[in-house]
Amino acid sequence: MSTLLAVEDLHVAYGKVEAVSGVSLEMQTGQIVTVIGPNGAGKTTMLAAIMGLLPSTGTVRYDGADMRRFGTEERVRRGICLVPESRELFTEMTVADNLILGAYTHWTNRKSLDAELDQVYARFPRLAERRTQLAGTLSGGERQMLALGRALMAKPRLLLLDEPSLGLAPLIVREIFRIVMSLRELGVSILLVEQNARAALETADYGYVLETGSIVHSGPASGLIHDPKVIASYLGGKVE
Amino acid sequence: MTWEIALLLVQDGISTGAIYVLVALGIVLIFLVTRVIFVPFGDVVGYAALTLAALQLGQMPGTVWLVLTLAAIATVMEVVSLARQGDAHRIPRALLFYAVLPILPAAVVYFASMHALPMWLATLLTVAVVLPISPLLYRIAFRPLADASVLVLLIVAVAVHFAMSGLALLYFGPEGFRTEPMTRAFFDLGALTISGQSILIVVSSALFSFLLYLVFERTLIGKALRATAVNRVGARLVGILPSTTGATAFLIASLLAAISGILIGPIATLYYDSGFLIGLKAFVGAIIGGLVSYPATAVGAILVGIFESFASFWDSALKEVIVFSSLIPILVWQSFTSHTGVEEEIEEDESEGQA
Ligand SMILES: Nc1ncnc2c1ncn2[C@@H]1O[C@H](COP(=O)(O)OP(=O)(O)OP(=O)(O)O)[C@@H](O)[C@H]1O
Ligand SMILES: [Mg+2]
Repeated sequence: MSTLLAVEDLHVAYGKVEAVSGVSLEMQTGQIVTVIGPNGAGKTTMLAAIMGLLPSTGTVRYDGADMRRFGTEERVRRGICLVPESRELFTEMTVADNLILGAYTHWTNRKSLDAELDQVYARFPRLAERRTQLAGTLSGGERQMLALGRALMAKPRLLLLDEPSLGLAPLIVREIFRIVMSLRELGVSILLVEQNARAALETADYGYVLETGSIVHSGPASGLIHDPKVIASYLGGKVE
Repeated sequence: MTWEIALLLVQDGISTGAIYVLVALGIVLIFLVTRVIFVPFGDVVGYAALTLAALQLGQMPGTVWLVLTLAAIATVMEVVSLARQGDAHRIPRALLFYAVLPILPAAVVYFASMHALPMWLATLLTVAVVLPISPLLYRIAFRPLADASVLVLLIVAVAVHFAMSGLALLYFGPEGFRTEPMTRAFFDLGALTISGQSILIVVSSALFSFLLYLVFERTLIGKALRATAVNRVGARLVGILPSTTGATAFLIASLLAAISGILIGPIATLYYDSGFLIGLKAFVGAIIGGLVSYPATAVGAILVGIFESFASFWDSALKEVIVFSSLIPILVWQSFTSHTGVEEEIEEDESEGQA
């Protein structure tokens, strides 16, 4: 196994206020790594910095290359893909156009594009039924599927997921986590940010706990899930 | 006013309006993709008409010098910024886009202008030499300010407009020009006589609007332009480079400006600063359309054309006054009924500033 992503001493500030202060984390190819933490801990900010959407200091190495020089678009081109908390869909365009644009960086011809579209539609049959509907008129769950589908169209090697279960019914949450698991089999590595700490730790190989901009715990997910401190703060107090 | 005169005025208004449609589409396209209210757009239209006029008179159009100057500035800026970022390997590509491609048509026009040219060739050369103007202006004046507010971009656009029209005075002098019509045919339809030129104008306008629609609906770059307009962050997350869509929007708009200038040349006497008013009236059309939708923009632009034609019949000296004051009630009405794109953008900027 090789190191796919290594973040070292990452600092991100909004004006004078630091939202991420000195975060370091590492993930191996093929791993699912989760970052959990309370609201406002800086999880979304950290992902935006890894993606190059926000200016930051510290190093982000991906696939052995220093990402500092590269803008967001180049990082996408190299296989990092973010499904943001705010989804950022193209609301006034159809579901199909949203998915097609997901393949923007490696578009070659209509035929291979259609094949990729079919794969995504097979994974999310709901999107197939709604391919001509405008993205802005989708339900919350469908939007989340579209955001995931659009990211998959980019053929990512590293997928950054920001609260994929946010605002979804329990049944769909389970479905989303099942999809996350199945992506690993395709060789996609996943950095998963979640409020739903138990489900995230059950899915992941390794976990980090972020509090007010710093990592306070880390370890194999199966260990964290039994760690009394983590249980007390994030898993609802009861030791099982 | 008799029916005949009214019909004549409507016909006249529709052909001018059809040109405003192309100009307005260009303005809206640039605004939606880059948030720049491209005030100098009308100047580019003026350059196109005056370039064609100069070529028809067998003179060397000053547009050549404009393009060469812009290309030189843009090339230096691009090469310096690439070298600074340590992206030296991308310099050859930059040289191709910012030096070779703009200089080529300028050089051809420079040499061709010494000969008498057939109409189609003069027209083609005009399009070729006007095409690089807007993308180069984008590289020089707007791309470095990509994250600036709509207001800052507008102020820069106004500055660029004054520079452009000042240079136009230098290049073309203070006299007015009118180009040769492409066709002198006339068609009698009962009481109405329609000139071939106005049919040509309306047909070209419809054709190019339709082509634009096809680009947006069917091509990946068209979808990328729409995506950038709908959601800038989303566009970056799928790997769309804002500078690529920006340059493309300016290039398409430049083409629309060149066509508009060529079409309006034979029906109006144009001076070095006439382009600005054309741009402004098209902009009024775009505002009527709310600056957000292309069909609404087209309707607004045609309305402005018809209104202008009636206004100039009533009192040609006060024509502009009448056209622009009519805007006030329309804007007041609009501000009560809907939000226009500009307001939303400016509100967004404000909330970003507060955060
Ligand atoms: N644009 C901004 N300007 C100023 N402060 C910001 C901005 N965005 C986020 N913050 C602040 O940075 C801190 C971290 O925010 P962030 O969104 O990264 O938290 P989070 O861990 O993702 O929280 P949640 O679980 O609620 O999504 C918060 O205190 C937030 O108020
Ligand atoms: Mg968040």
